[in-house]
Amino acid sequence: MNTKQEPQRFVIPIGPQHPALKEPGNFQFTVDGEIVTKAIVRLGYAHRGIEKAAEERTWIQDLYLIERVCGICSHIHALAYCLAVEQLAHVEAPPRAQAIRVLVAELERIHSHFLWMGVSGHEAGFDTFFMYSWRDRERVMNILEKLTGNRVNYSANVLGGVKFDLDQEQIASIRGGIDFLEERTRHYLDVVATDFMFLQRTRGIGVMSRAQAEIMGAVGPTARASNVARDVRKDAPYAAYKEYPVDIILDERGDLEARFEVRLKELFESFHLIRKILDTLPGGELTARMPRKVPAGEAVMRVEAPRGELLYFIRSNGSDKPERLKIRTPTICNLTSVVKLAIGHQLADVPMILAGIDPCFSCNDRSVQIRTSNDPDGRMLSWDELRQHGIDFYKRLEK
Amino acid sequence: MKSHQNFGQQLLKSLKDWARVSSPWVLHFNTGSCNGCDIEILATLTPRYDLERLGVKLQASPRQADILLCTGPVTRQARERLVRIYAQMPEPKYVVAIGSCAISGGVFRGCYNVMDGIDQVIPVSAYIPGCPPRPEAVIDGLVKVLASIHSPGHKIPSDILEGALDPEKVAA
Repeated sequence: MNTKQEPQRFVIPIGPQHPALKEPGNFQFTVDGEIVTKAIVRLGYAHRGIEKAAEERTWIQDLYLIERVCGICSHIHALAYCLAVEQLAHVEAPPRAQAIRVLVAELERIHSHFLWMGVSGHEAGFDTFFMYSWRDRERVMNILEKLTGNRVNYSANVLGGVKFDLDQEQIASIRGGIDFLEERTRHYLDVVATDFMFLQRTRGIGVMSRAQAEIMGAVGPTARASNVARDVRKDAPYAAYKEYPVDIILDERGDLEARFEVRLKELFESFHLIRKILDTLPGGELTARMPRKVPAGEAVMRVEAPRGELLYFIRSNGSDKPERLKIRTPTICNLTSVVKLAIGHQLADVPMILAGIDPCFSCNDRSVQIRTSNDPDGRMLSWDELRQHGIDFYKRLEK
Repeated sequence: MKSHQNFGQQLLKSLKDWARVSSPWVLHFNTGSCNGCDIEILATLTPRYDLERLGVKLQASPRQADILLCTGPVTRQARERLVRIYAQMPEPKYVVAIGSCAISGGVFRGCYNVMDGIDQVIPVSAYIPGCPPRPEAVIDGLVKVLASIHSPGHKIPSDILEGALDPEKVAA
């Protein structure tokens, strides 16, 4: 970490390789003593050009690519993609497949929240919490591996259904795992709500009011911790969420403590939902027949990823490849709140505020080129020009 | 007299090797990976797999690290940082490319913004395949790197690094 001295102010650059997060992102914090007065986020370190790559692969090959947008929420990306393509092709996956999709999505939410809980415990300097929660997370990883054969990129979805079925032995092992995890979650909820040292790092830190959350377009648990009732599973039920509704967990405090509690309480909803699915798993086929070429048209699909609303837009021109694929991920919506909330806090609280939104940079690094027909400024930039443009842009921001 | 010197040097070398093999400090850098490998690296360090029992410690600063664990296909923006981090590490240094992307670009091979693998940018000592590799595979790979530290033929090709830092070659 370098510190650059200028009259009256310090700029502290953090990243893209930094101790706290496992992902590349660059932050520049201007501090006055210990207090942050300005924050700038620089993204793009994980931009790989997935949207363009997707246009050059067939619908089925894309499925494999889309799972690799994000390793933590791989299932929900593939699910959104499948649902959008199925919507274009007027195919509906059978009820059993939809239920299994929801089951895996909820298991993934459990794994993601446990992962987040550990990492943000680590940010708070509470490494014991990190180690214990990751030990318990292995239990849900075991379940996922037993179900799908993979620990991370599950490949559960195919266009028109799912790849695997559940048998009695698997159902029993899921139930056992869920019981264990529920007990542990109760314990962790107790820790984050009562541990004095931990509360000093979370209570009253990074408070986001309901109005702020709505203006900044926060999504997912970050918004729900500020009392914004926004959950795609409830607002626009997809897959089997119509048959298996969830309750929205809300909190009105809006600080980090609320975000911890909302995410942990959400886990109980997930446990409840998984048990319900296992009790009433519909029978029948696993896949519906899917045409190789998808009819021309446009489709938009919204799903609730562990971090919030995930949006897929797909345009097909009737061939075996998509013409355009657009992904908007929850982190990009929530990241603006970090920049706002960090101001006025101590520098030491910033990693916690950042962790509070559960950022995922590999998800959010998309690039957009906006051009309108009557825009005189519309021009193509070469790579070097684009790079120079970025440098100039941030120099202007710093002034 | 000469044999005494040799003995002294050998003793020093074996002491250094012993220290390096017994407590390697690793640095983790994500060059644009999908997180899959990164969470598996973290899982490797946590109680179920517990890599720390081999003396491995996750370290935040490149200046204190012996082994660089790299994931991701190296995006153009992360590339410069990767070279810089590698240059900041003290000798001797080892680089482990973790995951299919880090080896060849994997599923992102040919994308306009990726370099198709760590070894296109910095020299790599070991490759751990998988998408993502299981924690057991990460442990196995690291153990093999540690074993190679003992072997006398192991040498880091420094000319590749010089090429990577040369702005003219970078443009090409």
